[in-house]
Amino acid sequence: MTQLISLLQAGIMFGTVILYGSTGETLTEKSGNLNLGVPGIMYLGGIVGLIGVFFYEMNNPEPNKFVCILIAMVSAFVAAMLGGLIYSVLTVTLRTNQNVTGLTLTIFAGGFANFFGGTLNRLAGGVGQISVSTTSAAFRASLPFAQDLPPLLSMLFGFGFMVYLAIGVALLVNWFINRTSIGLNLRAVGENPGTADAAGIKVTLYKYLATCIGAGISGLGGLFYVMDYTKGTWDADGGIERLGWIAVALVIFSSWNSKRGILGAYLFGLLYWLFFYIPNLTRRSIELFKMLPYLVTIIVLILVALRRRRESQPPGSLGLPYFREDR
Amino acid sequence: MKNDNKYTEPFVRISKRGVPIPIWKAMGIRALALLAALIICAIIIFSIVKLNPLKVYIAMFEGAFSTNKRMWVTIRDAMMLLCIAVGLAPAFKMRFWNIGAEGQILMGGIVSAACMIYLSKHMTTLPMMLLMLVLSILAGGIWGFIPGIFKAKWGTNETLFTLMMNYIAIQITAYFVALWENPIGSNTVGVINPRTKIGWFPELFGQPYTLNVILVLVLVVFMYLYLRYTKQGYEVAVVGESENTARYAAIDVPKVIMRTTFISGAICGIAGFLAVSGASHTISTNTAGGRGFTAIIVAWLAQFNSFVMIPISALLVFLDKGAIEIASRYNLNNHVSNMLIGIILFFILGSEFFINYQVKFRGSKHQVEFQDGKHKEVQA
Amino acid sequence: METQKTVQKAIQMVNITKTFGEVIANNKINLDIYHGEILALLGENGSGKSTLMNVLSGIYLPDDGHIRVNGSAVLIRSPREAYQLGIGMVHQHFKLVDVLTAAENIVLGLNEHRLLDLKNVRAKVKEICDRYGFVVEPDKKVYDMSVSEKQTLEIVKLLYRGADILILDEPTAVLTPQETEKLFVVMRNMKSDGKSIVFISHKLHEVMEISDRVAVLRKGCFIGDVATKDTNPQKLTEMMVGRAVSLNIERPEPKNQVERLVVKNLTVLDSDGVKRLDNVSFTAYGGEILGIAGITGSGQRELLEAIGGLQPVESDGSIRLILPDGREEELCGKNPLEIYKLGVGLAFVPEDRFGMGLVASMDLIDNVMLRSYKQGKSVFADRKAPKELAEKIVQQLEVVTPSLKTPIRRLSGGNVQKMLVGREIAGNPSLLMTAYAVRGLDIKTTHTIFDLLNEQKQRGVAVIYVGEDLDVLLELSDRILVLCGGKVSGIVDARTAKKEEVGLLMTHLGEEATA
Repeated sequence: MTQLISLLQAGIMFGTVILYGSTGETLTEKSGNLNLGVPGIMYLGGIVGLIGVFFYEMNNPEPNKFVCILIAMVSAFVAAMLGGLIYSVLTVTLRTNQNVTGLTLTIFAGGFANFFGGTLNRLAGGVGQISVSTTSAAFRASLPFAQDLPPLLSMLFGFGFMVYLAIGVALLVNWFINRTSIGLNLRAVGENPGTADAAGIKVTLYKYLATCIGAGISGLGGLFYVMDYTKGTWDADGGIERLGWIAVALVIFSSWNSKRGILGAYLFGLLYWLFFYIPNLTRRSIELFKMLPYLVTIIVLILVALRRRRESQPPGSLGLPYFREDR
Repeated sequence: MKNDNKYTEPFVRISKRGVPIPIWKAMGIRALALLAALIICAIIIFSIVKLNPLKVYIAMFEGAFSTNKRMWVTIRDAMMLLCIAVGLAPAFKMRFWNIGAEGQILMGGIVSAACMIYLSKHMTTLPMMLLMLVLSILAGGIWGFIPGIFKAKWGTNETLFTLMMNYIAIQITAYFVALWENPIGSNTVGVINPRTKIGWFPELFGQPYTLNVILVLVLVVFMYLYLRYTKQGYEVAVVGESENTARYAAIDVPKVIMRTTFISGAICGIAGFLAVSGASHTISTNTAGGRGFTAIIVAWLAQFNSFVMIPISALLVFLDKGAIEIASRYNLNNHVSNMLIGIILFFILGSEFFINYQVKFRGSKHQVEFQDGKHKEVQA
Repeated sequence: METQKTVQKAIQMVNITKTFGEVIANNKINLDIYHGEILALLGENGSGKSTLMNVLSGIYLPDDGHIRVNGSAVLIRSPREAYQLGIGMVHQHFKLVDVLTAAENIVLGLNEHRLLDLKNVRAKVKEICDRYGFVVEPDKKVYDMSVSEKQTLEIVKLLYRGADILILDEPTAVLTPQETEKLFVVMRNMKSDGKSIVFISHKLHEVMEISDRVAVLRKGCFIGDVATKDTNPQKLTEMMVGRAVSLNIERPEPKNQVERLVVKNLTVLDSDGVKRLDNVSFTAYGGEILGIAGITGSGQRELLEAIGGLQPVESDGSIRLILPDGREEELCGKNPLEIYKLGVGLAFVPEDRFGMGLVASMDLIDNVMLRSYKQGKSVFADRKAPKELAEKIVQQLEVVTPSLKTPIRRLSGGNVQKMLVGREIAGNPSLLMTAYAVRGLDIKTTHTIFDLLNEQKQRGVAVIYVGEDLDVLLELSDRILVLCGGKVSGIVDARTAKKEEVGLLMTHLGEEATA
C-alpha cells in the first residue's frame, strides 16, 4: 500500500511537469504552430525562475514566501514567453520552417539554461548548493490539514500548490478553447487560417499570442521541475529536455485536448516510475523498463493514425506557414 | 478631395519574389545575417566576460585550430556532423521529418562497440571494420526503417515516432553500458581495447582521423550523386513534392518511403560507427550528444546539397570548439557554445526570408515588372 | 449635382492595379457599384474578375489605385476591414471551417460576447433565413453539408455581419438549375432590401436573367459596362472575348472506329463510403473524342482516376483496354505501377496540374521524364532523352520559357498545360484522358490543345475529354457522355444533340435508355 501510494505520488509529480508542458503546447498547436521548442522553453522557465529567486534570496536574509513565489512564477512565465516570441517572430513573420526553428530554440535555450545554471552553481559553491530553500519550501508546502488525513488522501492533498494549479490551468485552457469566442477564433486559425483571415480574425496576432502564452504555460513546467521535482537545484543532466519531449508527445496522446491531457500526464508518470516499485530488477533491466513510456507513446501514435477519428485529428494547418497572398 | 488624405500606404508590403534574386545577392544576405549574429554573440560574450570580443573570437579560432591535434579533432567532429547531415538529407528531401538520428547513431554505435568487445580475440582490425560497417548500417537502417514502415502503411506522425525511437535507443544504450561497465561501478564502458586498439580506425598518412575524412567524403559524393542523378533520387524528390504526383507517375510511394528511411538511418548508423570506432573508442548515452538534432539544421540550411553541408558543418563545429575554448579560458562552462550556435542559427534561418520575399516599406520606390521583362520605376 | 451622383455610388474602385510576379491580373481598372443593384461582373477565366473582387474584399492589397466607399477613400487591408465597411464576399472555394458547426462558422471572428452564445446566434440566423428565404441548420457540421448548403451558409454569414455589398464569385458553377433558381430568388429579395450584389459569372443567360448592369473585364482590363436591358448575349460575348468568335473548333470525321476501352459496372466509394461513381458502363472507341459533361463534382475526376488506377474501385466492375495490336488488358483493381508495367500507353492529363500531373518546383526536363524515367536498367536516370523531348515540346507547341532548367511553376498556365499535354502525347498513347484541359487558358492556347487532341484522334487514339463548357463539348466531341450524381445519365451524339438536351441530362437523370 505504501509502495502504491509513493508510486502514485511520484507519478503525479512527474505528470505535473509534462502537464504544464503539454497544456501550453496544446494551446500553441491549436493556432497551427507546431513548436518543437517546448523542451527549450521549459528550460527557460526553469532557469530564469531559479535565477530570479536566487538573487532575491541572496540579497534578502529573510525572504518573504509569497514574494519568492511571485518572483519565480513571473520570471519563469515571462522568460518562457520570450522563447515563444523568438519562435513566433521566426515562423510567423519570417516564415521559417517550424520544425527546424523549434529544434534550434531547444538547442539555444538548452545552452542558455545550462550555461547560466552552471554559472549559478559556481556562484553558489557547487552542484546542488544553490540555496533557494525558502522558495522551494514555499513551492512544496502542502495544505495544512493534509498531514492528518489517512495515507491516500494525505498524499493526494499533500502536494505543493503547483500540482493543483496544473490541473486548473489544463481545465481553463480546455474551457477557453471550447467555450469562448476567442477560443473559437483560435480553433479556426489552426484549422484553416485562410478562412479565419477571411472572417476578419487577425491570424498573425492569434498565432503570436497563442504561441507566447502557450510557451509561458509550458515554462511553468520547467519551474515546477526546478522548484518541486529537484527541490530548488540545478543539474545539467538534460532532465528537463527529456520531459519536454514527452510533453510534446502527450499533446498527441491526449489528441489536442488538455482535459484528457491531465490523466495522460499522470499515466505517463506512473509508467515512468513503475520500474522503481517492481521488486528484483537489476540495474540493467531497469534501463530497459524505462523504455515503457516511450513505447506507449508510439503505440498511441499508431492507434491515433489507425482510428482516424475526426475529433482526434491534429488541427488542419498544423506545421504549415500562412501567408495571405500565397494562394 | 479632403478625404484623399485618409488614404495612406500600408507601412510594409511583403510579396513573394517572382524572379529569384541572383546567387551572389543571396549569399550576401546570408553573410550579413552571420555577421549580425556574430555581433550579437560578441555583445553577449562581452557582457559576460567583459573582454574585447575580437580577442575572444581569436581565442575561439585558436581553440579550434591552434595545434595540429586540435585541428584534427575539429575536422573529425565536423566530419561526424557532416555524416549525420548527409544521412538525414534523403529523408528530409522526401519531407520525412527524421528527428531520430540520435537513436540511429546510438544503434550503430552499440553494434560497433559490441564487435570491439566480443570479437577482439577472434578478428583482426580490417575484417572487423568491415563487419562493424555492415552491422552499423543494418542497425541504424532498421532503426530508421521502423518509423518508415508505419508512416508508409498507416500514416503515423514520423516526427514524434522518430523522437520516441531516440529515447528507446538511449535506454538500450544504458542497458549495454551497465552490461559492459568497466571498471565495475564507474557506470561507463571506458576505452575499449586500449592496448590492442583492435577495432580502432587505423592511422593513415600519420593521422588518426584520415579514415574518418575519407569515409565521410565518400558518403558526401555518394549522396550528391544519389539524390541528383539516380532514379531513386528522382523518386525521393517527387514523393517529397507531392505524393499524389508520385502515385500518378507510377511510383510505389510506400516502398520509396521505406527504402529512403532505411538509407537515412543506415548512414546515421555509420555515423555511430565513426563515433565509437573512429573517435571515442567507447560508448555512452551521450555518444550522439545532440548532434542528430544539429545535423537537421545543417541538412536544411544546405537544402539537401551534401557539398553545401561541408562549410556549414565546419562552421558549426568551429563555433562549438571555439566556444568550449573560451569557456575554459574564461572559466565559463561548455554550454555557452549551444547558446551561441542557437543565436547564429536563428539569424541564418531568418535571413532566408529576405532571400525569398520582397519587402517594400512605405514611401520607398518599388518596381513594377511587366511581362516583357522591362522595368519601370514608380514612385509609390 | 456632382455630390448627388457620388452618393449613389456605394463603391468606386479607381485605377486598381494588381500584379502577381510577372502577370498583371488587374491593369488600372475603374469600377463603380451602386446601391441596390445587381451588378454582373463578366469575363473569361483569368480575366481578373476574382482578383479585382479579392482586392475589394481585403484579401489582396492593390499595387496601385484606391477604393472609395460612399464617396470617401478607404484602404481595405483585410477582410475584417472590408466587413466593417459592409463589404462581404462568397468565394468560389468556401471560407468555412469544416470541423465547426454552421452557427460557429457564422459568429467566427465576431467576438460579440466573450462566451459563445450559440442560442442567441440560432435565433438571429432564423430571423435572417425567414426574411430572405434561406434554410440553414445551425448545429450541422460543415463537413456534413452539401455544396449548396455551404453556399447558403456563406451568404447568411455575410448578412449576419450586416453586409450591404455582397460579392458572389461564380456562385452557380456548383449548383443545379433548381438550386440556381432558389439562389436567384434570395438575390432578388436581398436587392429589394437595398443590398448591392456583385455577381461574378461567365454564364451569359444567367447574367441576362438576374443582373441590372453588366461590367466586362478582359485580360485584366476594364472593357466597359452596360445596362442589362440594353444589351444581349451576342454583344456581351463580343465585349468579353474582344471579337465575335464562333468557337470554330475543327471536328474531323472519325475513321476506323474500334472498341478501345470498355468500362462495365464501375463503382467508386470515397473514404466516407459515399458513392462517387455508381455502376458506370460505357465504351470509348479509338479514333473518336468522347466528351464527358456534368456539373462539377459529378464523378468526372473519380472516373478518370479509377481508369488510371488512382482510385480504389469496387471489385465487381471491369475496365477492359483493347490495344491496337489486339491485346486485351483488365485495368480494374490495378495500381498505376501495375498498369505502367503492362505498357498499354495510358495517357492522363489530370485536372490538378501541379498537385498531380507535374512537380511544381522541378524544371521542364525533370517534369518531362516523370512518366518515362523508369525506362532502362541503369540506376541512373537518363536526362538526355527527356531533354530532347522537352526541347521538342517547347519548339513545336511554342512554349514560352526562359530555359529548360526553369522550374515549371514559373511558367504561365497555358505554357504549363502545353508541357503537360505534350508529355502525355509523346508516349504514343492508346488512350488519352484529359480533365479540364483548357481551363484558364487563352483562346490561342485552347485551340492549340484542341488541335493536339484532334491529331491524336486521327491517329486512332481514344480520347476522353472532360470539360465544363458545353459549347466546346458540343463542337469538339464525337459523342458526349453525361454524368449526374456519379451515374451515367445519358450518352448523346455531339453532332446532333441540343445544348438544352445535354443541360437537362446534367441535372436530371434522363431516360437511361438513351445510352
